[in-house]
Formats: sequence, C-alpha cells, structure tokens
Amino acid sequence: MKNISHAIIGAVALAFGLVASAGAGTLEDVQARGELNCIVSTGLQGFAAPNDEGVWEGFDIDFCRATAAAVLGDANAIKAVTATGKTRFTKLNAGEGDVLWRNTTITFVRDVDVPLRFHGVNYYDGQGFMARKDLGVMSAAELDGASVCIQTGTTTELNLADYFRSNGMSYEAVTIEDNAEARENYQAGRCDVYTTDASGLAATRATFPDPDAHVILPEIISKEPLGPATRHGDDQWSDIVTWVLNATVTAEEKGVTSANVDDMMGSNDPEVLRLLGVEGNLGGMFGLNADWAYQIIKQVGNYGEIFERNIGVNTPIGLPRGLNALWTDGGLQYSPPFR
Amino acid sequence: MAESAPPSRYAPGTHPDLPPPVRTTGPIAWAHQNLFSSPLNIFLTLAGLWLLYSIIPPLVEWAFIKSVWSAASRAECWDRMEVAEEAACWAFINRRFEFFVYGFYPEAERWRVNLCFVMMILAIFPVLYDRMPGRRHWFWYVAAFPFLAGWLLVGGFGLAPVGTDDFGGFMLTLVIGVTGISFSLPIGIALALGRTSDLPVLRMLCVLFIEFIRGVPLIALLFVASTMLNYFLPPGTTFDLLMRVLIMVTLFSSAYIAEVVRGGLQGIPKGQVEAADSLGLSYWKAQRLIILPQALKISIPGIVNTFIGLYKDTTLVLIIGLLDPLGIGRSSLADSAWAGLAREMYLFIAVFFFLCCFGMSRYSLYLERKLDTGYGR
Repeated sequence: MKNISHAIIGAVALAFGLVASAGAGTLEDVQARGELNCIVSTGLQGFAAPNDEGVWEGFDIDFCRATAAAVLGDANAIKAVTATGKTRFTKLNAGEGDVLWRNTTITFVRDVDVPLRFHGVNYYDGQGFMARKDLGVMSAAELDGASVCIQTGTTTELNLADYFRSNGMSYEAVTIEDNAEARENYQAGRCDVYTTDASGLAATRATFPDPDAHVILPEIISKEPLGPATRHGDDQWSDIVTWVLNATVTAEEKGVTSANVDDMMGSNDPEVLRLLGVEGNLGGMFGLNADWAYQIIKQVGNYGEIFERNIGVNTPIGLPRGLNALWTDGGLQYSPPFR
Repeated sequence: MAESAPPSRYAPGTHPDLPPPVRTTGPIAWAHQNLFSSPLNIFLTLAGLWLLYSIIPPLVEWAFIKSVWSAASRAECWDRMEVAEEAACWAFINRRFEFFVYGFYPEAERWRVNLCFVMMILAIFPVLYDRMPGRRHWFWYVAAFPFLAGWLLVGGFGLAPVGTDDFGGFMLTLVIGVTGISFSLPIGIALALGRTSDLPVLRMLCVLFIEFIRGVPLIALLFVASTMLNYFLPPGTTFDLLMRVLIMVTLFSSAYIAEVVRGGLQGIPKGQVEAADSLGLSYWKAQRLIILPQALKISIPGIVNTFIGLYKDTTLVLIIGLLDPLGIGRSSLADSAWAGLAREMYLFIAVFFFLCCFGMSRYSLYLERKLDTGYGR
C-alpha cells in the first residue's frame, strides 16, 4: 500500500517535472548537475547578501564559490539556497542543498543530534556589546542596570542572562526580532546597549551616520565558532569540504594568493607544489582534479583575501583579523598539512 | 429689459424658487455641520488638523522634498543630504527595483515574466468585467492561462528552464497570490456544498478538512510544507518547494472560503431549494441556476476579505526561506552598501501591498453595487 501511494505521488510529481533524484554520492550529483547547491543565509551583512544585480556576495558565499571551484572548476557555478535559522538544517538533511555555509555555530547538539558533520571553523565569533561613547562605559562589567537590546529566541539571549547573573548584575531586556529592528531601537535610545555576535555589532555600527560615536566593548562573553556543515553518511564529500577550507588557510600561510598562484606553480616549497597539484595528485584521492586547490586560489583567493574582501578592515564592516588571524600571527586559523 | 421690482404678493403656487439660505448650503455650512457643530466636534477638528499638520509636512519633506533618488550606496545618499539620514534614500529602491520585481529570475528570460503579467491582465479582465465583447470566447483563454503561465515561468518545451527557487520579489507574491485566489474559490465552493450536503460521508470529510485547516496556523502549514513533507515522500525525491507552498496556501484559503460560502448558502431561504425541486431541477442545476448565484452574491465581502488576507499572508513564506518582496528587502538590507535603510524598504513594500489590496476591495464594492437587487440593508 505504502509503495502504491509512493508510486502515485512520484508519478504525479514526475508529471509536473518536479522530481530531482538524488543518487549515491553528493560529488557525483553535483558534477552531474553542474551546479553546487549551497545553503546560505537569507541575508547577513558581510557574510551573505545579494548585490544590486541580485548576485550573492559575502564571506560565506566566497567559501561556496571556493567549493564550486574545487568540485566543478567554476567558482560561479553555485546556486544560493536561502534558509532561515529555523529551516537550514532540515534543508540540508532533506538534500535541498549540498553544503551549508551559513555562519552556523558549531555546537555539540547540532553535531551529534541534528545530526550534522562540521568541517572546521571559517570564522571565530563571539558575543559582544556595543554602547554609545557618551555613556562613558568602557567595560561590560560597568553595565549594571543597563537596558539591553537583545534578539529573541537566540543563544545570545541565554548567554546574556548567564553573563549578568554570574557577575551579580541586573539588566533590563528590550527584546527585538532582527538586526534592522535592533538598529532602529538602539539609535532611538530605547536601549543603552546592543548585544549580538561581535561581527554583527561591527556591521551594524558601520551603518550609523556617526559610527565613531559608538564603542564595541572589549569583553566577548561567548564562543561562536562558525563553520560549514554537511549531511552524515558521505565521507568523501565531507573530506572535500574540510579540505576546501584547509586549502584556503594553507594558501595564506604559504603566501599563495590569487595574484601569484601561477608563479607559485614553480615554487621551491614541496607543500605548495602538492597543494597546487604540481607534485603528486592529492585531488585524485577524493575524486577531484589535481588542480582543485589551484582553482580555488585562482578564482576565489586564499583565506586572508576572502576575509579582507568581505569583512576586513577596509570594508564597511571593518573587522580586524583577531582570532581569525593565522596561528603564525597569534590567531587560531591553523590547517593540517597537505601531505 | 428693465428690471421690474418683484411683486410683494404672489398668487398661491406662483412663488418662484428662491436659493436656499446661505448658512444651510455650500462649504461653510458643510464645515459648520460636520466639523464645528458642537464644542467636542470643534475640539476634535482642531486636534485632527494639528495632527495632520505635525505629520504631513515632515513626511512630505522626508519622502519627497529632501529625499535622494539616485546614488550608488547609502553613504553617497547621506553625503548628498545636509544632515545624514534626515530624509529618505529612494536610490536604494531605485537601484534594486528590478531585483524587487523579478527576484533572481535570469535577466535574459525576464520578458517571460512581463508577458505573463500582460497575459494575466488579459485573463482577469473578462472575468471581472461582464460587458466585454465576446466574453464567452475569452473564457477558453482564461481556462488555459494558468497552464500557459506555468509553462512560461518555469520553462521547458522549447523555453530555457528556470528553477522556481529563482522566483522572488513581487513576481513571487503574484504567483502565490493569484494561484491561491483562483484555485481556492472553486475548491472552497465545492467544500461548502459538501459540508451542507445530505451525504454523511462527504459531509464528514468536508467538515474534517475545513476544521483541521482552520485550526492550524498558516505558518505551521508552511513549515510542514517546507520541512515535514520531505519525510513523507519516497526517499531520494525532492518536491519543488514553491509547489508545496502553493498547495498549502490554496488549501488554507479554500477552507476559509468554504465557510464564507456556507454562510452565504445559509442566507438563502429553504423555499428556494424547494421551489427548484418542485420544478424538477437536478441538484447541480438547482445549485448552478438558483442557489449559488444568490449565495455567492451575498458572500462577496467575505470572499474578498479572505482573498485580501491570503494576499497579505504570502509574505509569511519569508520564514521558510522564499524571498518574497519582504525577503528581498531584508536580504538587501544585509548588503553593506545599503544596510540601515529599513524604513524606505518597508514603506515601499507597504505601498505595493496597499495598492493591490485597495484595488481588490474597490472591485468588490463595484461588484456589490452592480449585483445589488435591492435586498441589501
């Protein structure tokens, strides 16, 4: 009976030409489709947003493009599948997207219970506070009794409660729904302090007519490691996503950029040669071309280039590298060797 | 001709008509009667005027006089103002107008959307306007329109295919709204007839369906459409998300239409049904010729009300990740070049929805007046 009803549904769906069949391996599916379905945010400043022509741009989008460059050889062969915070994991697990680059915090429950497979951290974020300079507050420890704009239903709400309780302070929550609303409320003075991820604070501050009149307090009260995710059960595809991220980090460490990658093909460093596919065939081990990493760096760039282009100090968002600097510069970005 | 003094006395019935006294007609009298008839009214009028005075000039100044219509980014917009953020930056909407209209529909194929829109107007016209010449023949076209439109928008059969995930903006609103409205009316009427039918099984099924749908919020149904349905379908298949949303929206509004139409059916005296029976009319003939025309006429306000509600509810698809105008606007606000212009975006979308909904409500008033047979109160 079940089979019959399935058959009927399938036949109806086929009649509408709406069934996309998923085969065994994600890699084969993507290559057959010629396009990478990348689950991204419906809009997050600096990370994913459509430009005036309706083309998606941003930090997460560039990693989507890097993945497409590695798998398909064409960084533009991506389709942005937009998902909200609520629908992103079901969309991934239902196969509507091949990979999720949607500034998603890695947590135990998401990794184990949702379940997802995480592949490293492309951005180390954390929750911070922003206040007007004329408030005279220089540290979050001085915020006792402040009114705080906070997005409802997020982990930031819980972090905030924990932080104030553990420091024996009180606060008055002004709950808001999204970043645009927070901006209006904060600017109208309905709250003294706005709290969300530090990258979001910087992005919001950049939109004020008087950004210099506001200060982001030094305290970071939570860990928000953001990274890509894939479904369970496809180890080859998981490896690819992991090493796409690692390739961008290694490229920066070795000084390989989109500008000099062609010269680097003649480098003396054996790891660079292995990375770029000049020596050996690392790409072939997970079913890609030998030049997979070359394509990433050539078409999209290394980690530092992606960072500076979208959210770095010279963009309106103006984030310093901070924790996201290479390990050699005192940050946390560290890639296992290409060997 | 010399003016002769009017006679001081008139024979009965020969007095000429005199103009009414100045104080009972004209704008002064109108204002006196309607605006300043009592102390309370005087106060309310003055308060109203003050309110208008304090709202309208700043609004006009913000939206028109000082606003900036072309710039490449928010920063440039604000540079052109005397004080940053003192007026509207319509350049945001201006630059992204096509994005708001077509979403991610490929640029080379947008003529298909335009053609579809023209065809839709041509299809709606004969339905709405009954004095159109050759209306009967047009209905063939109207019946074929949904399929033609589907083919044009999605492609295939000679046209380049466009995935429904590229649909967005006002076009997506129209697709969901028009599909929902045009399919939910017939389904709703069928459900209403089923619910008032004498056949117990049919009646039970209709009652179950209607009560279930009405008991669940639309947003819950949309979540079911976007997430749960994948678990019911055979593994390895994905059912187009927009299709799922269209089905859910149509079912949702048809349940409401069914109840509105049932209200209309109950407003028809039983004698009408009995009269139809005594004439030997079959059930369907009686419904078609006697009951439904009257029942639908008195349900018009309710039906249009449901349609307007449905049309505005299309913005809920934002929550499941489809980019309707609101979604396009919100994701556009995430572009660093434009972030912070939420007011402009929301106002623009509000105007669009107001025009559509106001149009629908005006048409329903026209229809009521046209079909008015004098029984209305």
